[in-house]
This record gives sequence, C-alpha cells and structure tokens, in this order.
Amino acid sequence: MVDGKYDVIVVGAGPAGSMTAKHAAQKGASVLMIEKRQEIGSPVRCGEGISKASLDEVGIKPDKRWIAAEVDGAKIVSPSGHVFTINERMAGNEVGMVLERVLFDKALAADAANAGAEIKVKTSAVGLKIENGKVRGVKVISHGEPMEFEAGCVVGADGFESQIGRWGGLDTNLKPNDITSCFQYRLTNVDHDFRYCEFIIGSAAPGGYIWIFPKDEYTANVGIGVLLSKIKSPGQVKQLLDRFIAKDERLNKGQPLDAVSGAVSVSPPPDKLVKDGLLLVGDAARIIDPITGGGIAHACISGMHAGKVLGEAAQEKDFSEARLMEYENLLRNRLENKLWRNWMAKEKLITLSDETFDKIIQTLAEVGVEKMSVGNILKVIKSRHPELVKEFEDLI
Amino acid sequence: MIAVVERCMHCGACVGSCPSNAIYLNEVILSFNSDCTKCGRCVKVCPVGAIRMEAGD
Repeated sequence: MVDGKYDVIVVGAGPAGSMTAKHAAQKGASVLMIEKRQEIGSPVRCGEGISKASLDEVGIKPDKRWIAAEVDGAKIVSPSGHVFTINERMAGNEVGMVLERVLFDKALAADAANAGAEIKVKTSAVGLKIENGKVRGVKVISHGEPMEFEAGCVVGADGFESQIGRWGGLDTNLKPNDITSCFQYRLTNVDHDFRYCEFIIGSAAPGGYIWIFPKDEYTANVGIGVLLSKIKSPGQVKQLLDRFIAKDERLNKGQPLDAVSGAVSVSPPPDKLVKDGLLLVGDAARIIDPITGGGIAHACISGMHAGKVLGEAAQEKDFSEARLMEYENLLRNRLENKLWRNWMAKEKLITLSDETFDKIIQTLAEVGVEKMSVGNILKVIKSRHPELVKEFEDLI
Repeated sequence: MIAVVERCMHCGACVGSCPSNAIYLNEVILSFNSDCTKCGRCVKVCPVGAIRMEAGD
C-alpha cells in the first residue's frame, strides 16, 4: 500500500532541500519534502558564514530576520599571530555575513511551501523503494508511523550523513583525507572583533582551522575543524578547541549558549550525482568548498538547478538518468573546476608547517593584496618566498 | 562490539564517514547494522569521542 504519490520527494529540509522543493514546485511539480527532525533548522550544525554574492546568485533577498551580523571582512591568523586582513575593497561582494540558520532554514522552507511544496517534519527516510534497479519512492517513519511514498524522483538532500545516495547506488563514500571533523560553541561574554570573521590556521587545528564568526557584539560561533587523517585520538577535536579557548584571553571568560558537532566533506565532487529517479544536492552531493568547508552557498546553487530541472522533468514525465543529467551538467559547469582546484590546493595546504604558514601570512599582511584571487595571492607570496609558490604554481 | 556513550551529540559525523554505510541515526538513536566491519573510522571521526570499540562481539 502506498500513502501518497509525488513527482518529487526531497529528503532533508536544509537549504539544498528547500531550494530544490521551491524551484520544482514553482514549475508545477508535486513535491513532498521530509525532515527527520521535529524542527527545521535546529539544531544548527554550521559556522553560519556566507558571502553576500552567493545569496544574490540564487535569488535569495537578504532579510534582517535571519542575518545575525554583517562583517567588514575576514582575518587570517597564522600560528605565531601574524594577521592578514581581507577587507571589502579587496573581496568585493564576497565579503561575508553570519546567518541565523535556525531562521534562515525556516525562511527557505516557507518559500518552498509558498511555492506549493508539502512538508513533513519528524519524518525519517529509512529506505528506498527500488524496482528493477530503479528508484520508485521512499520508505519513511513519520511521527513514529511507518509509511511509503512513491515518487518520480527522490532527492537526497540529507546532508553530510547522507544515506539516500548510497542506498540508491551512488557512491558518495569519502577518504579520510577528505573528511573534516568539527566542533563548535556559540560563546557569549566574549571580547572578539565583531566586524570580522576570523580564521586561525596551523597546528592549533591540524589540516583545518579554528573559526571565530561574530553573532553580535558579545557572542560568536567559535569552532574547529580537523582533518580526519590528522586526528590522533578519539575526542581530540573537542579537546583542541577547549584548549584553544582556555588560552585565548578574548574567549576564556566566554560561556556557551550551545554546543554542536558534525563533519564536512573536503573532497572533489563524486563521479555521479544522478540515476534513474534519484538525484543528490548540497552536502549529500559532496560539493562543499574543500578550502573553506563552506557549504551553504553551493547547497543553494545545487538546489536551484535541481529544482528547475526536476520541474521540467515533471512536465515531461521523464525522470530518467539521461533527463536528470541536465542538472548534473549545470552543476558541474558552475562548480566542478572550482571544487577540483580548491581540493588540490587543500591537499597542499594540509602539508604545510606552522613556520610556512607564518611566512605566508606575514608576507600577505606586509605586502597586501590588491584584489583577492588565488593568482594574486600567489604572486605576492612569490615576491618574497618563490620557493613556497613552486608547488602551487600549477593552480594558477 | 561498538559502544556509544552518553556524550554522543547525535551529529551524524560517523554516519557520513562510515565506509560501509552501516550506521543509522534516527534523531538521537545511533545504531550499527551487520555491514559494520569494525574498521574504527567512526571512533576516530567522532568530534567528542563518544564511540568506543570494546572487546567481544
């Protein structure tokens, strides 16, 4: 027995899921979006930083209700304390803001509902309905009751922990060098510079970084990401952050308003993102920026493209792999080169010593960078330390 | 066997990292199925050290 039939069922109501649901519904597709948690957007598992430019690209109008802070730029801090400040003049529209994800995610879900999508919360996907190798729908437990839904296409928007793809035969397994384990407090009563997002690189966070993203004058998301292949003992990620906070005079009187953990992929994109009746978006599609670990912008881009293609596929009643490839091609045209380039850069960055990070950041701070780009950064470093740039030159 | 202790924050870092897709997280309940090969990746990736490998099946 089937409890319902839809053109598109989206599993996961984060930004990628809601953007998919909205754009598919806008084109007339019947859409169900399910969320395993009882509240969309909570608990937040995110540093919440995003650039203004990326919201423009996906047609999301900034709204004061879900913007916690607008910053003037970013500070990159080296192990011995050199600071390279990236301001708005250098970064243009790439300068950031810090979101209130609990409200941002709800706003995007509301947009999807407004476009005609149905939403179910406290509804977990527990398996796919597969017939003759084709995905036909999804098995769920909704408010404790088992149910089954048929769909033309199931969309895996189920985040880093994604299982939809793997259940359906899309390989999204990651290597230990491509996984970053994270822990974050929202700390209040701290004395940070609330005009800047701060990134602390080097052995304080092996293979990753510590971030201080302002929420307001007294409060910041203070988090850490450590590359899985560099973790030495269980629980080390939280320990490294606790140790950093205890030593930092701006932070060590801070008190937590919440604590969250999680992981992000820092990988190249997978070989395949679609199959007959199945498609992946957002973190589930492993499209997080391997340098920054940022995922919101790419999630929104993938959701927008997926939703539009699915809306048209619904009109044509064709959810075959060949039809859905239009989405994969659109996404690859937009992101593939960037993801590969940043992944290769990450592979090199994780090998650098504290001493090298100090040299690089000191040089950038003293010489300055006219306009932010990988090429310009490398040019500046080359002017003083040509030996450091050699390995990166193929990235220009 | 694999044991999950109370400090688990239900974040799913282990689920997405599991090379056998053997872990299921239903909001707050973490369970391991028979595909688990006891490779130990979940023990390492857990940001808070909530997963332990113990002697016996």
